[in-house]
Amino acid sequence: MKKFEDKTAVDFVIVGAGGAGGVVAKELSTAGFEVVVLEQGPYFHESDFSHDELHFKDIFDPPAIGREVITNDHSLQPNTFRKTADQKAKVTAFAQYGRCVGGGTVQFTGNYWRFHEIDFHEASRWGTIEGAGLADWPITYADLEPYYTKAEWELGISGAAGANPFDPPRSKPYPVPPLPVKSSGVLLERGARKLGWHPYPAPMAILSQPYQGRSACQHCGFCESFGCEWGAKSSTLASVIPLAEKTGHCEIRPNSYVRKISTSKNGVVDGVLYFDADKKEHFQKAKAVVLCANGAETPRLLLMSKSNQFPQGLANSSGLVGKFFMLDLGSFAMGTFEHELNDFKSVRVTRVVQDFYESDPKRGFYGGGGIDARFEFYPIGFALNGLAPDVPRWGAGFKKALKENFNRTITIMSHTTCLPRESNSISLDPEITDAWGLPAARFTYKSHPDDFKIMNFFRERSLELLDAAGALTKWSWPLEDAGFAAHLMGTCRMGNDPGKSVVDKYHRAHDVPNLFIVDGSSFVTSGRNQPTCTIQALAYRAADHIVRTAKNGTYRFSA
Amino acid sequence: MTTSDTSRRQFLVHASLGLSCGWLSLHWPAIQAAQAYARSAAQSSPAADFQFFSREAGVEIEAVAAQIIPSDDAPGAREAHVIYFIDRALVTFDKEKQAAYTGGLKQLQLKTGQMFSGVSQFSSLSSAQQTELLTAIEKTEFFELVRLHTIMGYLSRPDYGGNHDQAGWKLIGFEEQMTFEPPFGYYDSEENKRG
Repeated sequence: MKKFEDKTAVDFVIVGAGGAGGVVAKELSTAGFEVVVLEQGPYFHESDFSHDELHFKDIFDPPAIGREVITNDHSLQPNTFRKTADQKAKVTAFAQYGRCVGGGTVQFTGNYWRFHEIDFHEASRWGTIEGAGLADWPITYADLEPYYTKAEWELGISGAAGANPFDPPRSKPYPVPPLPVKSSGVLLERGARKLGWHPYPAPMAILSQPYQGRSACQHCGFCESFGCEWGAKSSTLASVIPLAEKTGHCEIRPNSYVRKISTSKNGVVDGVLYFDADKKEHFQKAKAVVLCANGAETPRLLLMSKSNQFPQGLANSSGLVGKFFMLDLGSFAMGTFEHELNDFKSVRVTRVVQDFYESDPKRGFYGGGGIDARFEFYPIGFALNGLAPDVPRWGAGFKKALKENFNRTITIMSHTTCLPRESNSISLDPEITDAWGLPAARFTYKSHPDDFKIMNFFRERSLELLDAAGALTKWSWPLEDAGFAAHLMGTCRMGNDPGKSVVDKYHRAHDVPNLFIVDGSSFVTSGRNQPTCTIQALAYRAADHIVRTAKNGTYRFSA
Repeated sequence: MTTSDTSRRQFLVHASLGLSCGWLSLHWPAIQAAQAYARSAAQSSPAADFQFFSREAGVEIEAVAAQIIPSDDAPGAREAHVIYFIDRALVTFDKEKQAAYTGGLKQLQLKTGQMFSGVSQFSSLSSAQQTELLTAIEKTEFFELVRLHTIMGYLSRPDYGGNHDQAGWKLIGFEEQMTFEPPFGYYDSEENKRG
């Protein structure tokens, strides 16, 4: 791998080697630009991963099992949380994100849903919603479609084109067919058909067949929260980052924690300040910076990058950096079945339903989503959280329930809209700092009433589905507002008006000519809470634009 | 990427293509043997001695764990060597819980004396008495902690000292393997037969 020196002003520094950063690194380096990617976390390889639930599977406290190995470690980087701005934020393990080369794509479930056409102009369709800042995107589905296709083909996505009647138009089928259906998928299909819904094979970022020199899924069952030992999960670690390194123009620099984006007197970015693994500070010079640090770390870094010239934080003349924070909402319902499912094997999700994707005025509130069926647990997690509420928590009854239900339980999970609200935000905590002395990310979040209504709607549909599928028992829990977040969106929203958005429709910061921001923070709306596919399509589109304009000299870079 | 990474990757790709019979048959037994050795070493060493618990404390905590996951026709916490898992956890990744155990055990024995006068050891109570006592303290942090550790020790990888002979995994029907073939369960198997 190519190594650059700090004092060499490389063409691009990319902050974050995750779902977006990996794609941008590959695109810029194959176009011939010199690229340094600074990643907070370590550089793992397939041989570093294992099936060890105590090592890799972290569940938020309480109860805590496992370590925060491939995700952010809250003991080093605490979060604080409050529901509303008038409260004092308390230390809470609130946000989870991938913190390693490959980012969240290393440990994600692999759900890979495109947005639908409606997602880009819901404000026009639906109108104003009190207490929310619903807005149209400055781009349409048609603008993004070629890049969805590119993402699916370059990264390797399994799926069946045309199987979902609600799917938006596509220019190409999936590169590899869907993964084999599991019992949870068959049950979803049976239930959904009985109800007149339209189940279809899940599009997954996990290979069903060998593709581009990578192995197919071997169905070991350790996807969500784990790194894939087969390299079959289409993380940027397994797919595009090796291609970026192969160009000889790209250095992936792990354990490099950026604390400030530096600007010169004329208001352009000239490099970044970062800590290495030994907490020693470096200054990496750059002609331009692409910020791909995720929906929480991106706004945090911009706010930490304030200067005399940018007193509100970098790229923040609108005051909207960190605002309109959206996260993953949805509902759970669980059920048990007569026969053995063995759903601990293979990928999490094999069938999905999107019959209720669009907002329907007849429901009387905004919102939509999708439903999948899965077995949500590994053995320890199942014993702690997978049994019905009326099961004894210890003793003979507990043991009997473990024995009978581990292989007979499924979760019907819904993924729903999260309305953008200006009052929901990520800001710098005034008191709490991380292990590097930097201000902790402070999360302020309260769901909109319509978010609750749609979650409840989906919870009812999920229970119906369990009945229709023939569940022997079923249960769910009362809805509570989000206590943690894994999909971090909206905090540097994209738009045409510099007063109402942070980046333009090509992800260039309105305020800074050589700063680009592309990750979940660019989102204007939440979609249906499966953001990775769209994050990566946006990354391909942004990179395409950056390459073209950098080559023809449209942008004046610093240096 | 290092050489060993490269060859491992090639192995994985070839394995999935079904082309690697040579490599597989050559290396797989060695890999399996290494894993088996690691597991037996992990399980046999602590059996000789506790590293954190005194013998008496070990007996007491094991009695609590054995009520959380009791032994019947299938192995419980006791047969799964959960106590060795807990002992090792308390000197490795859960060191900070040592005081909770020391203090919790003292309280447990105090409670034993209060509820059943003249008895000082929880483990010397009858099973019914033990259940009665644990029901009285099941909302305490100490009970929660032992419950959590018992579950972990029963269902984690045997390398950690518990889940002896994969007793916990066998009970629930979990298998840990690098590969499985469809069909996986009853309903997808049925669906395949229908075509």
